Amino acid sequence: MSRPDPAHTHDPARHHLPPARVLDIDPLLEDPKTRIVVCCGSGGVGKTTTAAALGLRAAERGRKVVVLTIDPARRLAQSMGIDSLDNTPRRVKGIDDSAGGELHAMMLDMKRTFDEIVEAHADPERAAAILGNPFYQSLSAGFAGTQEYMAMEKLGQLRARDEWDLIIVDTPPSRSALDFLDAPKRLGSFLDGRLIRLLTAPAKLGGRAGMKFLNVGMSMMTGTLGKLLGGQLLKDVQTFVSAMDTTFGGFRTRADATYKLLQAPGTAFLVVAAPERDALREAAYFVERLAAEDMPLAGLVLNRVHGSGADRLSAERALAAAENLEEPRIVDQEGGKAVLRNSPDTYNSSGSPTSETPAPAAAPASDGGSPAEDAENTESAENTERSVDQLTAGLLRLHAERMQLLSREQRTRDRFTALHPEVAVTEVGALPGDVHDLAGLRDIGDRLAANERELPETELPEAGTRPEASA
Amino acid sequence: MSRLQVVSGKGGTGKTTVAAALALALATEGKRTLLVEVEGRQGIAQLFETEALPYEERKIAVAPGGGEVYALAIDPELALLDYLQMFYKLGSAGRALKKLGAIDFATTIAPGLRDVLLTGKACEAVRRKDRSGRFAYDYVVMDAPPTGRITRFLNVNDEVAGLAKIGPIHNQAQAVMRVLKSPETAVHLVTLLEEMPVQETVDGIAELRSARLPVGRIIVNMVRPEVLDAADLELVRTVPRSTVARSLSSAGLGGARRGGRAERLVDPLLTQAEEYAERYTLEHDQRAVLTELGLPLHELPLFAEGMDLAGLYELARELREQGVS
Repeated sequence: MSRPDPAHTHDPARHHLPPARVLDIDPLLEDPKTRIVVCCGSGGVGKTTTAAALGLRAAERGRKVVVLTIDPARRLAQSMGIDSLDNTPRRVKGIDDSAGGELHAMMLDMKRTFDEIVEAHADPERAAAILGNPFYQSLSAGFAGTQEYMAMEKLGQLRARDEWDLIIVDTPPSRSALDFLDAPKRLGSFLDGRLIRLLTAPAKLGGRAGMKFLNVGMSMMTGTLGKLLGGQLLKDVQTFVSAMDTTFGGFRTRADATYKLLQAPGTAFLVVAAPERDALREAAYFVERLAAEDMPLAGLVLNRVHGSGADRLSAERALAAAENLEEPRIVDQEGGKAVLRNSPDTYNSSGSPTSETPAPAAAPASDGGSPAEDAENTESAENTERSVDQLTAGLLRLHAERMQLLSREQRTRDRFTALHPEVAVTEVGALPGDVHDLAGLRDIGDRLAANERELPETELPEAGTRPEASA
Repeated sequence: MSRLQVVSGKGGTGKTTVAAALALALATEGKRTLLVEVEGRQGIAQLFETEALPYEERKIAVAPGGGEVYALAIDPELALLDYLQMFYKLGSAGRALKKLGAIDFATTIAPGLRDVLLTGKACEAVRRKDRSGRFAYDYVVMDAPPTGRITRFLNVNDEVAGLAKIGPIHNQAQAVMRVLKSPETAVHLVTLLEEMPVQETVDGIAELRSARLPVGRIIVNMVRPEVLDAADLELVRTVPRSTVARSLSSAGLGGARRGGRAERLVDPLLTQAEEYAERYTLEHDQRAVLTELGLPLHELPLFAEGMDLAGLYELARELREQGVS
């Protein structure tokens, strides 16, 4: 799904160092063998937006897609024309369906998902008992791990329904990338584990009467937990666990199944990051973790990368030129006649540079001119009209800032690429504002796939025939 | 001034950095602060350029004027064992529980227990006094979970208190809640001048308020310097390209004629200015939204080269100058 890209270097509008490998988004999305795409990464890097943009792009290329978001910003839900996403996939209107695709979106409702599992697996009476259990109510409302577990549970459900040919999942905003992979297993093993069996033993044997069958060690332990949690809570836990256990035991089995689903060939992980130290450190960590878990990594989406159309002008030169323009000049205001600045440049191509300038230079007072010049500048600062020179100096300073940002981003990115040359990367140019509508998402989709589009069409393998797809 | 200062914010807004800077700022003039980490990320150690923090209070920085900053990374499992030891003198039984997975279970799954332990530990540090009856720490600053989870995190004691209707956990939860809902506590929210973090801040404040948790300040982090002002941006829209080309040329950047080096710079530079203008408007709008909230609002500058120890002290100085400490 990626290969070295000899053609990628010369887009003058977005000049970045070429990464070792370029991630081709379109073949990935178009390949009917791709059934699940998981977007993961640390918080605040645009994960959810990336998931939505990928969903839209895949749908407009003919696939029947559902995007499972975890906690979308309201604006993002609105951008897909859905004011309030809920636990059921909703069809997104207004997409280009000429290729026969569909886009559905939903937001994970942890509690609802948990309730649905209970309702699906227990008879009504037992379901009511579980749903009314205070321990269940707290657990399902989302303590550590539940969200991750439910996201995986929902993914399993969606996949089992087989109604969509591509599921794009956004991962929960965990405190670390690890939670997402760990929590299902942990929750599964807890609910299936030794402790739970100990706790459930008395309840299964008929409540308090069963206690006497427990050996001393066990009763000491439940006794301690009872003291700690309060006897009534322990009883709630016991009732809850046994009810869960007898109705649809095997949380572990479900967690394992979901885990295997993630390792399956139809799954592709995309690590999302921004070109910042911390985000890429987290991304590197995630890449290593996915490899250790045999999870199929498709590549890295590097969001909010900056470019410049004037990248031949270095930050240093831009700053020097800006200072040059901002040097205080002698200005004859009374006569309205601008005098050439005392700059050392040898400019001579088009007459007086200030002849069309609407106003005398208003150099910032902090620029430290001589007292005489300061006095004059103070006077001219009262003039509301701005000099083009001052604006130009501002443009140059802005450019210098951009170039510094660009080179920092390159350094950060290169550090990642040096560590993980095997990871294919696609860069998404930064947008000045947020996404508000489908057009905005489409634009991001274009940016996501831009690397690929720079390649000659003939080099594209046909969908479904990529050797990697069957690997 | 509240003695427990909780710092939250959307992921990526730099709340750990702000929490650390606040701890430094509060530690000046011979004061002593404790900076508490609850999410096991070791972000504080990274910021202060020290090795990973153990589960023990340890001095990590000295503030101007002789103040001291201590740091503590709370490990919920160890906190639970601590707690068991303190109340039950469990000793080896505690270790047996750990072996059984009970500690793991209790801190991961048992509703809210993990969070009670974390907030409980912080509240204990707030109330702790030394032999002379002085508070052990003048301030405790907590690097808390992100905005989306902060209310549930802080309010969890309420939930546990309702769930565990009797017993030591219940009592502990009640005691912690009394501190968290009192003026002793202030919850600060860190944001950026971008739509999503601002929206999350607005929502977070509403949630905190409806849970009767005391909201403190809004801290806008990573504010970019103003390079062009409103008048410049107005001019960007109307300025003849040729005059900009001549100006660039006069600064020594090549010819101003069509196709000249200076002339070819004009379009990309104006494009960058338009992008800047779009962001400028957006930031202006977001600042207005934040101002509407009627809370103390502070702005901290962006350190383009990334945050380091020197930057941290700079932010602390900035916070002091803005009257945060």
